[in-house]
Amino acid sequence: MDIYVCIKRVADTSEVDIEIDRTGLALTEDDFSYDINEWDNFAVEAALQLKEEHGGKVTALTVGIEDDEEVLRRALAMGCDEALHLSDPCFEGSDAWGIAQILSAALKGKPLDLLLFGTVSADEGAGQTGGFVAGLLDLPMVSLATSLKVNGSIATVSHEVEGGLERVRELDLPAVVTVQTGINEPRYVSIRGIRKVSGIEIPVSGVGDLGLDPNQVGASGARVKLEELFLPPQGQSAQMLEGSDDEIIDKLLDLLQENGGL
Amino acid sequence: MADFTELDFYDLSSLFSEDDIMVRDMVRSYCTAKLMPIVADEWEAGTFPMPVIGEMGELGLLGPCVAEQYGGAGMTGTQYGLICQEIERVDSGLRSFNSVQGSLVMYPVEAFGSEEQKMEWLPKLASGEVVGCFGLTEPDFGSDPAGMRSTCRKDGDDWILNGQKMWITNSSMSQMGIFWAMDEAGVCQGFIVDMSLPGVSAPEQKHKWSLRCSVTGEMICQDVRVPESSRLPNTQHMKSPLSCLTQARYGIAWGAVGAMQACFDEALRYTQERKIYNKPLAGFQLTADKLAEMATEITKAQFLVWRLGQMKDNGTMLPKHVSMAKRNNVSKALEMAHTCRTLLGANGITLEYQAGRHMCNLETVLTYEGTHEIHTLILGHQLSGVAPYGDR
Ligand SMILES: Cc1cc2nc3c(=O)[nH]c(=O)nc-3n(C[C@H](O)[C@H](O)[C@H](O)COP(=O)(O)OP(=O)(O)OC[C@H]3O[C@@H](n4cnc5c(N)ncnc54)[C@H](O)[C@@H]3O)c2cc1C
Repeated sequence: MDIYVCIKRVADTSEVDIEIDRTGLALTEDDFSYDINEWDNFAVEAALQLKEEHGGKVTALTVGIEDDEEVLRRALAMGCDEALHLSDPCFEGSDAWGIAQILSAALKGKPLDLLLFGTVSADEGAGQTGGFVAGLLDLPMVSLATSLKVNGSIATVSHEVEGGLERVRELDLPAVVTVQTGINEPRYVSIRGIRKVSGIEIPVSGVGDLGLDPNQVGASGARVKLEELFLPPQGQSAQMLEGSDDEIIDKLLDLLQENGGL
Repeated sequence: MADFTELDFYDLSSLFSEDDIMVRDMVRSYCTAKLMPIVADEWEAGTFPMPVIGEMGELGLLGPCVAEQYGGAGMTGTQYGLICQEIERVDSGLRSFNSVQGSLVMYPVEAFGSEEQKMEWLPKLASGEVVGCFGLTEPDFGSDPAGMRSTCRKDGDDWILNGQKMWITNSSMSQMGIFWAMDEAGVCQGFIVDMSLPGVSAPEQKHKWSLRCSVTGEMICQDVRVPESSRLPNTQHMKSPLSCLTQARYGIAWGAVGAMQACFDEALRYTQERKIYNKPLAGFQLTADKLAEMATEITKAQFLVWRLGQMKDNGTMLPKHVSMAKRNNVSKALEMAHTCRTLLGANGITLEYQAGRHMCNLETVLTYEGTHEIHTLILGHQLSGVAPYGDR
């Protein structure tokens, strides 16, 4: 099986005070640490498990700046066979449509059985890229996958729907699947894996290599534009409960009872 | 327990290679996900979490510097240091397990063993299939191991081992151990001993209030017969066991930075959140003094081991360099754990918080692998040329 996984490096915003920078359109990133987007990590693991079961090859790709190569290296250390870095100054400022065009240009003509994405990225939260690429490559797609199996030329995917229902779908390969967190337990990168990929050159493709028109991508090609980024004002009704876990639970139960929540 | 934020005040991370950072982050996320949630309970129970052995083996954390042909990961000294740092951020006892397996067992097998010994033992030690221990200290000889009473006597093609080793990490959960003993010519020899041989016993040391997640015990050999093929052929008297200690002490100097980071991070968060007289505890000058002092000591300790790692990797590291880093970093970590304990108030004496556990653990770390005082003597000797030890 030829499996491709699209991954992205995102800032970890959980442990720092978020500040909006002077442009009002981006975060001040001084203190951030970066890692692979959580959903994408599950997608890589899903790809590796399928490879272990069916044989074949897993290729990881990302669109991003030089520093973003780190996530490709990590994917290789986890067990991916190849990586492709799509990087070009004119990619900067792309919206999801632009990213999808870059990815599909890189994937067009490649022998591909399965293309995996994380369902959303932690930084943008749009969940569009997988869908756009499926459209551009004219491939069937299922999103929010919570399990993924392949049998011959058919993938069986379950996914969550409202009301706690699970739906199982079959789709003909080649296909696109976007993966939910929790679909598997991603392996740790092993020391031996890191050692194996140390010093490997990861190929880079730019706008020219992909045969794209620079105006199609990047900020100039973006059809969705960011207008404003702000921290919502703190809600008046929020109440922080303090104490040990047991005390907090008791207080919460009392509050819910008082206010008719139970 | 909240997530962890490392103090990296001088952006030291930018001085590490991409691979170093990848190793560090991998071990950090493993430690946060798998070790942090269980460590306090294991510590309280005084038990070692057995699944950790296989997990560390799988990740390549056991003997990471051992050559790949013997199942190791061929890592650099700096990367080994970062591994110790991250594990000791969780617990000094878990790091001790790792140090013994890697630096005190796998290292001597690789450095002084025959090709057959390396092929037989190293892959199993690297995967965690076999756990090892290192028997040097005796009840009456700790700081001065050259006085050891353990003996090895040649008998035909075999050796007969006798002696009692004490304070041996991993002993009762080991399948093999390195046993150091004096031969009839008064030369120290090292043996790979199968712990299931007749005459070998390893009673566990109970009632410790330090390093409770690590198994400590005796290693007793009573007329144990082993073939010549279990003797490490390439040792050089006391220099060999001492060179193992240099490896382990190197890792400990890094580990202490992890313990400091854990205590500092916890205390910093606590002082930001805890309100006293209607304002955060962090907002009082006495607290600022403690925080500033600790952050400075962490930064200094980080620089010591960062440079020590470079020297290890370029072959210029000497035992005296390791002594300075072990001595400084461990004693500062112990002081810091105590300071953090004070900042946590009553909460600090519970196992809900880490500082008290680290504080108790670090009492061992201050003593083993050369006590604080012994490293002072080593440094004094190296600086002045005059030996300030005893008469041996
Ligand atoms: C939990 C734990 C795990 C251990 N694991 C191992 C292991 O796996 N393998 C192993 O072989 N050993 C191990 N040890 C033993 C450890 O290395 C020794 O305890 C250490 O070397 C100190 O020896 P000692 O306890 O006999 O103290 P002593 O040597 O009796 O020292 C007592 C005091 O005297 C001081 N002192 C000693 N000499 C001098 C001097 N010349 N001048 C001034 N003061 C001096 C010391 O600093 C110390 O304060 C472990 C110890 C502990 C606590």
